[in-house]
Amino acid sequence: MLKIQDLVVKYGGITAVDGISLEIGQGETVALIGANGAGKSTTLQAVSSLVKIASGKIFFEGKDITKAGADAIVKMGLVHVPEGRQIFTRLSVEDNLRMGAYLSKDKKRDEKNREWVMDLFPILRERARQVAGTLSGGEQQMLAIGRALMSNPKMLLLDEPSMGLSPIITQQVFQVLRKLKEEGITIFLIEQNAYDALEISERAYIMESGRITLSDRSDVLISDERVKDAYLGGAV
Amino acid sequence: MKTNVKLRDCNLFRLVCFIIIPLLFLVFCALQPKSYITGLVITAGIYIVLCASLNLINGFSGMFSMGHAAFMAIGAYLSAFLTLSANVKMNMTPGLPGWLIHAQLPFGVALIIGGLAAALVAVIIGFPVVRTKGHYLSVVTLALIVVVRAVIDNQDKLTSGSRGLKGIPTKSTILTVYIVVIITLFLLYRIVRSDYGRGLVAMRDDPTAAQTLGINLVKKKISCFAISAFFAGVGGGLWAHYLTAISGASFYFTKSFDIVEMSIIGGMFTLSGSILGALFYTVVPEFLAPLENGLRIGGLQLPSMFGLSNIIMALFLIFLIIFRRQGLMGRSELLLDSWFSKDTYLALFRKKDYARLAEGFLNLFRRKKKAES
Amino acid sequence: MTLSYILTILVSGLKLGAIYAIVAIGYSIVYGILRLINFAHGDIMTVGIYIILVLMNRAGLPIYVSILASVAISVFVGLLIERLAYRPLRDATEETTLISSLAVSALLQNILLLCFGAQRQPFMLPGFLTQGHTIGSVNFTNINIITFIITAIFLVALFLLLSKTKIGIAMRACSENMKAARLMGISVNKVVMVAFAIGSGMAVIAGFLLAGEYKTVYPSLGFVPGLKAFCAAVIGGIGSLGGAVAGAFIIGVTEILFAGLMPTSYTAYRDAFVFLLMVVVLLFRPNGLFGSTKGERS
Repeated sequence: MLKIQDLVVKYGGITAVDGISLEIGQGETVALIGANGAGKSTTLQAVSSLVKIASGKIFFEGKDITKAGADAIVKMGLVHVPEGRQIFTRLSVEDNLRMGAYLSKDKKRDEKNREWVMDLFPILRERARQVAGTLSGGEQQMLAIGRALMSNPKMLLLDEPSMGLSPIITQQVFQVLRKLKEEGITIFLIEQNAYDALEISERAYIMESGRITLSDRSDVLISDERVKDAYLGGAV
Repeated sequence: MKTNVKLRDCNLFRLVCFIIIPLLFLVFCALQPKSYITGLVITAGIYIVLCASLNLINGFSGMFSMGHAAFMAIGAYLSAFLTLSANVKMNMTPGLPGWLIHAQLPFGVALIIGGLAAALVAVIIGFPVVRTKGHYLSVVTLALIVVVRAVIDNQDKLTSGSRGLKGIPTKSTILTVYIVVIITLFLLYRIVRSDYGRGLVAMRDDPTAAQTLGINLVKKKISCFAISAFFAGVGGGLWAHYLTAISGASFYFTKSFDIVEMSIIGGMFTLSGSILGALFYTVVPEFLAPLENGLRIGGLQLPSMFGLSNIIMALFLIFLIIFRRQGLMGRSELLLDSWFSKDTYLALFRKKDYARLAEGFLNLFRRKKKAES
Repeated sequence: MTLSYILTILVSGLKLGAIYAIVAIGYSIVYGILRLINFAHGDIMTVGIYIILVLMNRAGLPIYVSILASVAISVFVGLLIERLAYRPLRDATEETTLISSLAVSALLQNILLLCFGAQRQPFMLPGFLTQGHTIGSVNFTNINIITFIITAIFLVALFLLLSKTKIGIAMRACSENMKAARLMGISVNKVVMVAFAIGSGMAVIAGFLLAGEYKTVYPSLGFVPGLKAFCAAVIGGIGSLGGAVAGAFIIGVTEILFAGLMPTSYTAYRDAFVFLLMVVVLLFRPNGLFGSTKGERS
């Protein structure tokens, strides 16, 4: 479904992503794991055309989206939930969701999606008219995911959905991701919280300083000694 | 032998092009004090002083001031008060305190006092100004222009109001103006090349990091603002003694924007840029002026079109910032590096510099050949 | 000094505030999205006035038609400026775009100079607009009432646009977090164009009202009132539309009160007074009276 070929991204003179290739199939949930500054976020930003690509190619459903604009990519059904949530704190929860469906012209479908999102995250229904900045961190994360779902995506790019959240809230978020998986949405997930990420995903890539150093089935990686030492704190 | 000595890196070339030829030109102008060209050259010199001092603050410190005309006005009026004769002042500006009416000082001293007054005002208003950030700072400096203009226009007894000051002695000649230009550029050059100047750049590039290095941002901003205002005041003094008649209108938005524009055109990140910008801004409109007055092309008489040269300049400025944001000079400090390095002058007596010059010339041809082939 | 005198100048202060409000909103919307002080905003106003003048006096069109046509043309000019002078600088520093707007301002003023000359031209409102009424002891003219009505309509329309329509919410989203807005598929260029169109169109209406007040028009007419409207936006807290409106009324009323109540030797300081007012507000409230301390773009 998503295919990245020899992707290179540079910031000034620094190479953030150094020629990575990966592939994610329809309906799969794939994790990208790595330390801070490994280039994970940059990879996602390159896919959704937020950063300039130095070289390499990106395909979505067989189409070359390397040079496509951010709006075209959203229209194709590939939606990015950015790091740090990036919800519109001065807009109401409702308006945030409305922005998620910005490109959609089908009001009936929007309404259906809204109900679906609010069923997934009942707290958003309660707080629909509240200004989003007043939500707690976990609620904001749910809003960010809910907002992305409003455009009826085929595939979600999730950047650190557990960042800054308590373990209980994190579990809630992952619970929702499992539901989305069951609904058949393809998920590409970036996490520092490697254990949860490996639990939920079928396959995973390990990224270190801009390169992919390891890739395998998640249940294999979770018991891999190297992965245990580096990312699971050796205590699982 | 293959080298990549470029002609502009040869000390001798610099000596001839950036020092000897301009000097000869200035001498030529000084010998014809009444000519039209001389007037232009004086104007350009005054603009250099103004523009270089603006670059110190806008280019080096990262604050973006647009209030230069206000400081110019302060320097202009005060220095004029100090050079005008007591009789004239008693008629035009009877409200001045007695000592100022009777004061008559040498031109140089008057300029410095004018500059100091501008710097003092800069320090006083510096406190509110540097508290504001980014755009707000620019707007607050614009506000200063309005306030200064209002004072000049309405304090009839002190400033002769909107009638303006007349009969200011013509003291700005090629000699005096360019002495001030050289001193200004030398001092500013020393400032930007000192620890203080490096601190300014650090503050511009990363204020937080600069603070952790122990730079007191407020102190630094205010002092930089004051230094810049000092030279703006001096430039204003020169301007007054060149025009010989000034009023509030001579120091309004247009004047300020002119200086900002030349600073952008030349390149605000170097002092050399200000020289280029000032020259460009003085010379190019002169070529455009015939268009305004109704040019004759062949047998065709074009109608006069006032505003056309400003239109062309504005369009040029827009193109420049879209396609060459760093200005004509870019980040190069070529001119001042040549002027204030003793190597440039000693090159006359050094054999190896002649050899380099020869090489530079040869490279010029080699490169041309390469381009042809 | 009687009560009716004070009330009368209060009315003209409110009227001036209403005009500033229309201009200040234009500044504020564009600033909120692009962080650009569009110095050319005041000059768009002047362009609009001249177009009205030409259509009315030389083409002999009725006043309403002239105004509407001028709005349409000026919106087009505003969009053209955005496309040619600002869009290429989308990734540039704040100062660079500021300079570009200064250059555009100079460009517009000089084009007007070229076309119409530097001399002031009379700008007379049709008689029925300047007809006066007296309610109680306060003097009104029709144009005063119309000004208030127009401003109210604009404010309500803008409020509805920004709170109810998709593009309006997208404008607010963009001014808070452009990157996230892009991820939603919001086209920043489209949002910016809408902002410029609204700002330019409203500026023309404000220009018409202002020229009616000044009874004359000249190429640099709009620049200083434009700057004052910007001061209003700054005083209110730029980016906040309610703040811009509040700031505009504060400036309009205090400016007229200052001019009307101070001894005549001080009245010439009224421009300076407005700018000083802004400096003082900034000194104590760096984000303006109603500006949020948060909401800096990440």
